[in-house]
Amino acid sequence: MRALLVAFDPSESAAIAGFGKALGVPCDLLLLSGEPDSGYGAESAKAARLTELPPADALAAGLAEACSGYSHIAAVTSMRAKDVLARLAGLIGAAMVTDAVSAESPTVFKRPIVAGSLVATVEALASPLVLTVRPAGFEPASPAEAAFEAISLHCEGKARRIESSEGGGSRPELTQAKVVVSGGRPLKDAETFERLIGGLADALGGAVGATRAAVDSGIAPNELQVGQTGKIVAPDLYIAAGISGSTQHMAGIKDSKLIVAINTDPNAPIFEHADYGLVMDLYQAIPEMLEALKR
Amino acid sequence: MKILVPVKRVVDPFAKVKALPDGSGLDTSGSKFDVNPFDEIALEEAVRIKEREPETEILAASIGGPECEEQLRKALAMGADTAILIETAEPFDPPGVAGELAALVEEWKPDVVLMGKQATDDDCNQAGQMLAALLGWQQATFASKVEIAGGTARVTRETDEGTETLEMPLPCVITADLRLNEPRYIALPGIIKARSKPLERRPPKTGPSPKTKVLRVEAPPPRPPEKKVGSVSELLVELRGRGALP
Repeated sequence: MRALLVAFDPSESAAIAGFGKALGVPCDLLLLSGEPDSGYGAESAKAARLTELPPADALAAGLAEACSGYSHIAAVTSMRAKDVLARLAGLIGAAMVTDAVSAESPTVFKRPIVAGSLVATVEALASPLVLTVRPAGFEPASPAEAAFEAISLHCEGKARRIESSEGGGSRPELTQAKVVVSGGRPLKDAETFERLIGGLADALGGAVGATRAAVDSGIAPNELQVGQTGKIVAPDLYIAAGISGSTQHMAGIKDSKLIVAINTDPNAPIFEHADYGLVMDLYQAIPEMLEALKR
Repeated sequence: MKILVPVKRVVDPFAKVKALPDGSGLDTSGSKFDVNPFDEIALEEAVRIKEREPETEILAASIGGPECEEQLRKALAMGADTAILIETAEPFDPPGVAGELAALVEEWKPDVVLMGKQATDDDCNQAGQMLAALLGWQQATFASKVEIAGGTARVTRETDEGTETLEMPLPCVITADLRLNEPRYIALPGIIKARSKPLERRPPKTGPSPKTKVLRVEAPPPRPPEKKVGSVSELLVELRGRGALP
């Protein structure tokens, strides 16, 4: 058995290498884009140096060639990983496990189902096995020197990207942030959302998240949605302000180490899942927090 | 144009679901079932295309037991022209579903397969991409806007960073995300009319050869009980005590 750990960019290398360690089989690292920094203990490391990640049909075709001979092909879970790796699994006739949170053995994994209300233990009956992996379940690997071998991927496909939004800003990436501050529908409008939720996130050096209701009502952009169908976050501290705590939202935050809920409704379901609950209007609580954090 | 919309029967996505005491699966006794919400969005999109282009034909397909007729009738009521129930008692995992759908595509020859990005029961998010791979078709997953004209699909899709727009020749597989549309409410005449629309039943063309097996289903470990704090300063003291503040 041998695993190919795929990092779409260098920010995923430590996490996917950490999964490789837990898997307990020899691993090679394949970095698709960006400049190689560390091999994180993989036996060998390859860098494809793609300047732009192509659409899934082309990228999966390139990966299918590169992963020949491997028993496991794994990447950190994300929308792009699900897009590309599930297609890859189809191309190579692989079994697939999405959102693995633990490796019980090289063929048995745990993963959340039904919006995280239950955990399934899944056995792969076929090889190769393709996985997407939630970093929260695994200790990230430590940096280690590695000589990266340059490889070229043959990415050919018929889909063309004609437009894409830039990610970003100065805040940390939502799925990797140590602190996440999220807001819901009570934030009224985009300006208020940014001032209060964004302001508190900046004071804590964190990322901003939002509920589906906040995104649907135009208060927050779609890439900030946290939950079953949005981003899965796993920060050390998650602050939910004005969020009732639907099953779908909770599915995205369960891996957080500490959950703080601020809500005017003492019966909001979010309090059942929070470590600390503050029954208070967020319009009072957040300015008070910002003031206290300045001191 | 011909559009195939696969429809999965799932346990009510808004109800609390427990594991069976022996861990062998979900306890669905007394549960309601519905069309997977993302498949419903996919179907709504197909129906809107048909409303613009009346020549469009929509086939709704489901793989499962006889009870899936309920979901297919709903699909017909929403606006699918015909439905097919691939009747089986065997569990089909996503690669199996993709294989069986690929066989249906060979037979019915749709121009587009529109389906949900994932099912809300197993949350796999695999079948659409696997189907596209098996067929050698292009794919656009997580779709939030679909325009099809002149043999080309232009799909805006949600990404980790925001959105992007892909353009691809047909045939293709498109998987629907939440914000593609809001499915219509089905009025009574639609439900009555759907009873007389054609619904074919046949066994699967592919044998079940699952590549994964669920060994156990259980509740996640409980979180420690919540502590209520009375003020912002009390909250910050607690968080500092846990080393959670920078």
